[in-house]
Amino acid sequence: MLVGAVSGFLAVNETGSLLQGVAAGVAAGLAASALHAFFTVTLHANQIISGLGITIAGTGLAALLGRSVVGLPPRASFEDVDVPLLGSIPGVGDILFSHHVLVYVGFVLAPAVWWVLRHTRLGLHVRAVGENPAAADAMGVPVTLYRYGAVLFGGALAGLAGASLSLAESPGWSEGMTAGRGWIALALVIFATWSPLRVLLGAFFFGALDVLAFRAQIIGVDVAPTVLGMIPYVATLVVLVVVTLLGTRRRLGAPEALGVPYVRDG
Amino acid sequence: MTSGVRRSLRATAVQITAVVVGLALGGLSLAAIGVSPYDGISSLLEAAFGSELALTQTALKAVPLALTGLAVAVCMRMRLWNIGAEGQFHAGAIGATWAALAFPTGSTLVLVPLMVVAAMAAGAAWALIAAVPRALWGVNEIITTLLLNYVAILGVAYLVTGPWRSAAGLNFPVTDVFGPGARLPALGGGLLHVGVLFPLVAAAVLLVLLQRSRWGFTVRMIGASPQAARVAGMSTARSVVGIMLIAGALAGVAGMVEVSMSFGRLRQGISPGYGYMAILIAALAGARILGTLAISFLFAGFVVGGFALQALGVPQSFVLLLQGLILFSALAGTALTRRPRMLGRPPGRRGPAHVAKEEPSTP
Repeated sequence: MLVGAVSGFLAVNETGSLLQGVAAGVAAGLAASALHAFFTVTLHANQIISGLGITIAGTGLAALLGRSVVGLPPRASFEDVDVPLLGSIPGVGDILFSHHVLVYVGFVLAPAVWWVLRHTRLGLHVRAVGENPAAADAMGVPVTLYRYGAVLFGGALAGLAGASLSLAESPGWSEGMTAGRGWIALALVIFATWSPLRVLLGAFFFGALDVLAFRAQIIGVDVAPTVLGMIPYVATLVVLVVVTLLGTRRRLGAPEALGVPYVRDG
Repeated sequence: MTSGVRRSLRATAVQITAVVVGLALGGLSLAAIGVSPYDGISSLLEAAFGSELALTQTALKAVPLALTGLAVAVCMRMRLWNIGAEGQFHAGAIGATWAALAFPTGSTLVLVPLMVVAAMAAGAAWALIAAVPRALWGVNEIITTLLLNYVAILGVAYLVTGPWRSAAGLNFPVTDVFGPGARLPALGGGLLHVGVLFPLVAAAVLLVLLQRSRWGFTVRMIGASPQAARVAGMSTARSVVGIMLIAGALAGVAGMVEVSMSFGRLRQGISPGYGYMAILIAALAGARILGTLAISFLFAGFVVGGFALQALGVPQSFVLLLQGLILFSALAGTALTRRPRMLGRPPGRRGPAHVAKEEPSTP
């Protein structure tokens, strides 16, 4: 995400084109996740260690690449776009339909990912590889290919998220500008018990708390912003304990083979 | 025995090669941004290990890294992922600060031990929040310890912007400066203080406990095979809680050393991510105690040397890239020597999804 942010910003700075900025962000996310995929899928390295390594190395790399543009105003950034008609619906219109383009991309992607996972052959294969790679392999699903594909897709989305930060949300680049959002995303997935649709809802909830933490004092809510900031984490913790207590992995929604490298037997 | 020695030698060879390859890759990335790789890497190493002053600073920086590294490594021994050393570090800092603020005029002889105990208790308590659900119901400790990090960091932010905020802080969110009794005694004539002994003492105690005690045998047994340990009538739940308490206490002490010596008060940003570097360190060390000490010292040297790189226009965060490159070199080296499970992956540990059903601790 950080690598995506800085790459997106650098590309826009070089080219003045937002489209190329987004493309660069996505490409950077892809590159980082390709490394992760190679180590975890091909070399069977531990995913936690590799993921953490990517995070730490990516933070350093982004700082290195972005050192010359810290604090510079961008040459271009995304403007808010009112969606025609929908944007003029009273109440809802302002809230949902007057953002920069990438917000709509997020709105569309979550249900799209859900639909693909749920209703297509591709999605069935992805889920099969996640639940039981040996069975999927036996059915002729190329497990390694699917795993690479999934990791790369995730990396591209994270790169896109980074680009949306540096090009739209708070245009510019500063070290550590993602402020741990990648980790919140991890919490979000568990909070949403692995459903892309609930991820979208959860993102609204977490985002609302984020905004509330900023504005609490202005609107006269007497709660320390730091305490509000804890809520997503504590809420996720509670959800995790509760779903685990409810007992079955099925309820938790985690794919059976999550985190397990697949080695074909003899 | 011989095969054990050979394996350990091979692991060490992989580690050393990984450091060299990582530094070389780091040099290449410096070259890519137009900084001479030779100047860059040599000034980094010079500033880290090149003089008595450099070694002193590296030793001091190694204290929080080694203590949190050990906190992660002991858990790895039992196939537990302690991602929460960062949070336990912050909890320890809060505990130590409580003691220092409660007894501002206390003498060193009383206050320092009290701060250490308070930090250990706070760190252990923080680890306990994740340990109990893990032991009783198999709640995934990877996620809970990670989440608790953020709660602890925000807890520090809450305290220094709220209840513990100093009136003398000139609008900065900090606590009062601790009294002179809250500082660790100096060691020798220079900058060293007794804190540098803490990781050494901790490592010695852990080695004796793991190798010689009945409890250590249980831990090693569970690490080798949870099923066999259960059949032998060992309580996994109790060992999980025990090892997490020890880990939390270790990381907590690291927090105490930092607020006592590096800052002299509590404020935000007391850790540049020690608890996360600790995971890389423990993984690189293959969860071995002495290896963890050695690699902490190396990484501490990089952190110290990173400041020297700023003179060449390279941001301090370059060090993070370097650490990542060394890690990936080691991961690749381990895969190449066909021992994919040596590195940070205790044999047989499966993914988080399996944790829940792997060890039902209540029959």
